[in-house]
Amino acid sequence: MIRTATTTAKYVSLVVASIVMLLPLGLILFGSFKTSQEFLSTGPMTLPADWGNIENYVTAFTRGNMLAAFGNTVFIFAMAIVGTILIGAATAYALDRFRFAGRTTVLALFLLATLVPGVTTQVATFQIINGLGLYDSRFALILIFMGTDIISIYIFLQFIRAIPKSLDEAAKIEGAGHLRIFFQIILPNLKPAIATVVIIKGIAIYNEFYLPFLYLPSKELRPISTTLFDFKGPYGSQWEIISAGVVITIIPILVLFLFLQRYIYNGFTSGATK
Amino acid sequence: MTTAPSGLSDPTTAAAQQSDAARTPRQPRGGAGRGTAWYRRLTPYYFLLIPVGLLLLLTFVPVLNMFWYSATDWDGLDKTKNVVGLDNYVEVFTDPDNVRVFYVSLYYFAASFLQMAIALYFATILSFRTRFRNMWKGILFFPYLINGVAIGLIFLNFLKPGGGIDTILMAAGLESLIQQWTGDPDIANFSLAGVSVWRYMGLNFVMFLGAIQSINPEIYEASDLDGANRWHQFRYIILPSIRPIIGLSLILAISGALSVFEVPFVMTGGANGTETFVIRTVWMAFNRNLVGLASAMAVVLLLIVLLVTWIQRKLIPEEEVDLT
Repeated sequence: MIRTATTTAKYVSLVVASIVMLLPLGLILFGSFKTSQEFLSTGPMTLPADWGNIENYVTAFTRGNMLAAFGNTVFIFAMAIVGTILIGAATAYALDRFRFAGRTTVLALFLLATLVPGVTTQVATFQIINGLGLYDSRFALILIFMGTDIISIYIFLQFIRAIPKSLDEAAKIEGAGHLRIFFQIILPNLKPAIATVVIIKGIAIYNEFYLPFLYLPSKELRPISTTLFDFKGPYGSQWEIISAGVVITIIPILVLFLFLQRYIYNGFTSGATK
Repeated sequence: MTTAPSGLSDPTTAAAQQSDAARTPRQPRGGAGRGTAWYRRLTPYYFLLIPVGLLLLLTFVPVLNMFWYSATDWDGLDKTKNVVGLDNYVEVFTDPDNVRVFYVSLYYFAASFLQMAIALYFATILSFRTRFRNMWKGILFFPYLINGVAIGLIFLNFLKPGGGIDTILMAAGLESLIQQWTGDPDIANFSLAGVSVWRYMGLNFVMFLGAIQSINPEIYEASDLDGANRWHQFRYIILPSIRPIIGLSLILAISGALSVFEVPFVMTGGANGTETFVIRTVWMAFNRNLVGLASAMAVVLLLIVLLVTWIQRKLIPEEEVDLT
C-alpha cells in the first residue's frame, strides 16, 4: 500500500517537474509558427493554426542576421578550441612529465586562477584587449577563451597521468624529440580528454554572452548570443519572430544533446568537480 | 604544429632508410642540437611559455591592475590617474544604489538552496529503479544547456502580461494571483531568481546523481537485509557520500549569486530593483566611464569569492583536488 503511494507520488512529481521544464519552451515553439495577427489574437497555449508557417524563421534568418551569427560562432569556436587543446595539453605535458625549477609555482598560479571568476576581472581585462588592438575583433574572444580556460588544463592533467610513461621512453629511445613525443604520443592518447573539452567548451562558447557583448559591438561580427539579444530591439513587439530566433538558437544544442548525452553528462560532472 | 601524426619517418633520415622500406630502429642522435643537456632542461619551459604567458596576461595582470585602478579616479581614457585612496571603496559600501546589488544577490543565494533541494530530491528518486529514467534525466538537465539570452527571452514571453503563467492562473480560477511578474519591484527579483532555479537545477541534479550512482550497490543490499527503509538509506548512505559535492555546490551558489548577469540583463535590463552586481559594474565601467569605482566593485566581489572558497576549503577538507 505505502509502496504504491510513494511510487505514484514519485511519478507525479516527475511529470509535474517535466511540465515546468518544458512548458516555457513549448509556448515559444507554438509562438514561432503563428502569424503576427494570430500571435496577438490567440492565447499562448493555443496551438498554431498552421504548423507549416515558417515565415518567422525566414525573417529571423535573413533580416535577423542569424546565418552570419552562426558563421561567427563557428569561427570563434574552431580557433579557440584548437588553442585550448594545444595549451591544455602542453601545460599538462610539461607539468606531468618534467620536474623543473618553478614547477610548484606554476601549479599554484593555475590553482589560484581557478578562484578568480572571469566576470570580475573584465573591467581590467578590457584595457589589455584594447591595448592589444583587439577591441571589436573576433580574436579578442578567441584569445580570452583559450587563455583563461583552467578547467580544460585540469581535465588534461587528469588524463595525461593515465598515459604510461613507457610510451614516451620508447619513443625517446627511437630518437624522437619532445615535440614529436608531444604530437605523436601524448596528443593522440589524450583523445578522450579532447572529446570532453570540445563538448564542454563548445557549449560554453555557444552560450557565452558577456564577452561578445563587451568586445564585439560590430553587427557583422556578432555571434549567436548577441545577435539573438538584438532581436529585442527592432522586433520588440513581434514576439513571433523573437520566438523563431530562440528556437533556431536552441536546435543545434538540442541535436547535440540527443546524440551525445552520455558524453555531455560525464563532461559536466567531471568539469564541475575539476 | 607542423608534424602530422603519420609514422615516424623524418626527411633527414629517410634517405638512409629507403632500401629497407619499413622500420629499422633509429639510432639515438647524441651530441649536437636537441640532445644536449641544456636543451633538455629548457624543454618544459618552452611548453609552458604560451600557457603561462596567457595566464599572466589575461588573469593576473588584470587582477593586479584592478587593485591599482580601484585606488584611482580613472575614467578609462585619461593618460593620468589620480590616486584617491579608499574613496571608491567607501562609495561602494555607502551609495545606496551600490549596496542594493548585494541585497539583490541574496534572492539568488536563497533560491540556490531551493534549487539544491529540488536537485537532491530528483537525484535520489532517479537513483532507484524508475521507468523512462533517461527521459526524465534529459528533461531535467536540458535547460542548463540553453543559451542565457534565449532563456531570458523564453521567460519574458512566459511571464509577460497575458503570457503562459497568467493563462494557467486564469484557467485555474486564480486570477487574483496574477502579478506584474517582472514589472513589480516587489515581485521581480523572485521571478528572476525562479528563472535561475529553472536554469541551473539540472546541473546540480546531474552532479548529485553522478555522486549517488558511484555508491557501491552492495551497500544498499546490505542495508536492505538490515531492514533499512528508503529514508534510512537516504539519511545514512546517500547523504554522507555526497557531502563533498554539496559543499562544492554551495560555493558555486555563492559566487554564482554574485555574478548573475545574463538573465536579468535580458529580461529587465536591471530595472525595477533587479540590478545585479555585474550589471552595475558593467554599467559603471562602460557606460559611465567610472573605471576606478567599477574596479573597486570588482575587487570587492573577488575578495568575497576568495573568502568563501577559503572558508569552504577549511570546513570541508577535500581529497579530490590533487595536482601533483
